[in-house]
Amino acid sequence: MLCIAGLKNWSGASANRATEASPLRSDKQASRSAHDSRLTTHDSPCRLSVLPSRRLDMTDILTPAFLISVLAAAVAAGTAILFACLGELITERAGVLNLGIEGIMLVGALSGAGACIWSGSAWVGAVVALAAGASMAAVHALLCVGLRANQVVSGLALTIFGAGLSAFLGRDIVGVPPPSAFRRIDIPVLAEIPVLGRILFQQSALVYISIALVVFLWWYIYRTRAGLRLRAIGERPEAADAMGIDVARLRALYVIAGGALAGLGGAAISLGTNPGWTEGMTAGRGWIAVALVIFAAWNPARAAVGAYLFGGVEAGQFRLQTAGVDISPFFLNMLPYLFTILVLVLSTREATRRLLGAPAALGRAYVREDRG
Amino acid sequence: MEHIRAPNSLELGPGMKDRHPITHHPSPITPPSHHPVTPSPAVAMRGISKRFGSVVANDRVDFEASWGEVHALVGENGAGKSTLMSILAGLYRPDSGEVEIDGAPARLRSPRDAIARGIGMVYQHFMLVEPFTVTENVVLGEQRSGVDLELGRVERELAGLSEKYGLGIDPRARIWQLSVGEQQRVEILRLLYLGARILVFDEPTAVLTPQEARSLLQTLRGMAAQGFSVVFISHKLDEVLEVADRISVLRRGEIVATTRPAETDRRTLARLMVGRELAEVVEQPASEPHEPVAQGDAVLEVRGLYALGEKGLPALRGIDLDVRTGETLGIAGVAGNGQRELAETVTGLRSVTDGSLRIDGKELTNRPAAEIARAGVAHIPEDRLATGLIGGMDLSENAILRGYARPPLCSGPFLASKAVASFTDRLIADHDVKTPGRWAKLRTLSGGNQQKLLLGRELAGEPRLIVAVHPTRGVDVGATEAIHQALRDQRARGAAILLISEDLDELLALSDRIVVLFDGRVMGAMPASGADPEEIGLLMAGIGNRESEVGTRV
Repeated sequence: MLCIAGLKNWSGASANRATEASPLRSDKQASRSAHDSRLTTHDSPCRLSVLPSRRLDMTDILTPAFLISVLAAAVAAGTAILFACLGELITERAGVLNLGIEGIMLVGALSGAGACIWSGSAWVGAVVALAAGASMAAVHALLCVGLRANQVVSGLALTIFGAGLSAFLGRDIVGVPPPSAFRRIDIPVLAEIPVLGRILFQQSALVYISIALVVFLWWYIYRTRAGLRLRAIGERPEAADAMGIDVARLRALYVIAGGALAGLGGAAISLGTNPGWTEGMTAGRGWIAVALVIFAAWNPARAAVGAYLFGGVEAGQFRLQTAGVDISPFFLNMLPYLFTILVLVLSTREATRRLLGAPAALGRAYVREDRG
Repeated sequence: MEHIRAPNSLELGPGMKDRHPITHHPSPITPPSHHPVTPSPAVAMRGISKRFGSVVANDRVDFEASWGEVHALVGENGAGKSTLMSILAGLYRPDSGEVEIDGAPARLRSPRDAIARGIGMVYQHFMLVEPFTVTENVVLGEQRSGVDLELGRVERELAGLSEKYGLGIDPRARIWQLSVGEQQRVEILRLLYLGARILVFDEPTAVLTPQEARSLLQTLRGMAAQGFSVVFISHKLDEVLEVADRISVLRRGEIVATTRPAETDRRTLARLMVGRELAEVVEQPASEPHEPVAQGDAVLEVRGLYALGEKGLPALRGIDLDVRTGETLGIAGVAGNGQRELAETVTGLRSVTDGSLRIDGKELTNRPAAEIARAGVAHIPEDRLATGLIGGMDLSENAILRGYARPPLCSGPFLASKAVASFTDRLIADHDVKTPGRWAKLRTLSGGNQQKLLLGRELAGEPRLIVAVHPTRGVDVGATEAIHQALRDQRARGAAILLISEDLDELLALSDRIVVLFDGRVMGAMPASGADPEEIGLLMAGIGNRESEVGTRV
């Protein structure tokens, strides 16, 4: 149920953006040519794309303007995943696995949309989403760090709980358009840069925040004392403990901070790319974020690359369809999940994990061992 | 003197200022450490009690260590040495009792407090973050709030300290690149940098080659001479007698004696530790008479064996060895040089990437572990609770893990409960396993009794080959004696034994021949009788011409 609803949302969300950002043709043209292309064989590769009565094929899609629009849409669509991924990243760096990201994102998306409708401000929505994510993660911290419960079980429970809770509380605002959302802000001067300006600097405030966060977290993890402690508690908590670091307190802190970011990731959907609340609207992005952390080898910069890659798949699939590439839409919808499975299969091997630099104590509760 | 921040709360005792351990100007000649002049002891622990559940680890222990002395703390495994020192290091809080540091009461609620009071501990398992550099590991311990890592500054200061104390550590090296001995020196360097003046070492020589151990003991003496208070946990009595100013003996959580090396000897200390006379610990193991056993055909033949280690890198690189009937082949080496992988490939738990493995002439390379076991291979694994036994199951279930699928322990698909019971009872009686009964959960037994049950199970089928890895690690002296005797009996019966141990004394006492592994290769081989521990130590460190020692085949 949830899954099907999710898939629908996913393509729906893409549709909004695709129409808004397609410089090549009107909707009518797009759908007609999509129809036509099924009848066409790709027999003339050197066809000129400027001809007015053209039929569409791969050469049209590979125009610079089209690619730039896809990349810009990729960054926009990838931002929600990026926030969630960064949240999971700091959680895992601290040695705690949080599989509740999907549930936390849903609660974040709902509370963001709800708070915005109530207050009229998207910024209030974002702050409330942060707080909601943090409180969801606090449950995980209490269970896994405080009571040393199984992290997988607690995380899965959180996802199921988040899905149910958001569906229940969100009944009354399904489809209600929020009075405000994070809209495109062109950054003066920078937005004028060819190619890069269109991709990075004609975006919403949330996108800018996420990019700043990537830079900040990279610096924080690798260049500060606090970051060193963060890496140590995920790598060898007993060594950190012996050096006088309060492992439990720090772990709890990072789990909660990570949850807050995942909550904001939810709001980046409900107040950004797809304004308003629909049940199950995160459509598996939380799971993708969890898989991406591995792909990113626990490095924020690589997390951004991965998130935009997924954003690209998400944004590109609809564009490919409208451009008339003859691939089943179901297959395209499946791509992100297929990619996720691939990442997980390839990276769960113990040897690969070590090669990637997985925090050695990931998923292991820390307790000072009793000795005689 | 900036880089060592002597903890403010710690008042230097009279006369201590001159002997403050680390100063830039050359320290004046220090008075002999055997006669500490300071009135207040560096550490005074009074009436310390600590229990874990129903186990009493420390029972009203009084312990004192002075400035400028090496104080050895000896006792059997489980006597409470580590617990007592972990309390000093702030890792555990005592149930009752008080700690005074340099005459002032100290509340050590966490390692942070202990570090602030100048107490530093080198744990048995080093507390280093492997992917980090030396400098990063040191910065981790700095109780400093700033944002910047200041790696450059710390690096320079560490290089200076390393030079000054002759530790030979490159601050930029990553921990995993360093040998065990170097990692230990990193720990010492870190404590010095953090301003520790009371240094506690938990069995520091257990993982070192004899040469490394000797150099460490010299370092400890040197530190004491500079005014540090050094506490040294060990159960190697020779070392203790050599290096300590005072010796305290812990038995079952109580201090039973505090003495000086001049006033005691091996025999007395051993008796104090165990509480009764023991034959073996007082003998010089190398002179142990080794009754000759007629050695027959090769049981185990290993040829050009290659295997990968945990990280996917080659851990065995072309091992050749034979073990014959009635022969014990001892494998020496510093941990992590291929011993574990060798034991696991021989027992079929790890796949062979190249080379061959034959048992009694039968080709068994990369055959399943069950088939190898059926060929008559017994395995006493390194980590008995991970690979040998199941803590949550009872004694009889553990006893039949090998033979449950064959009569008489089963009939058809059913376990023959009477046969299982009598089999278990016989094991318990034959191997003197102390337990309330065969229904007891395995994990309620002491390490020694667990090991005796495991040994009994593995030896039950009169195996052709016994692969024993650290068979007496974490086992008390009494059980060690029993396990050694069992292995001797098996050898006399005609079994071939592959004994892997880090305890050179144990290897020399039990083996006919010694093979030294280094970096996955055979560094050298020699008969155990008359083998020179010095030479073995050099081979363990990778020094020596293996071609001339070994010839082509071991």
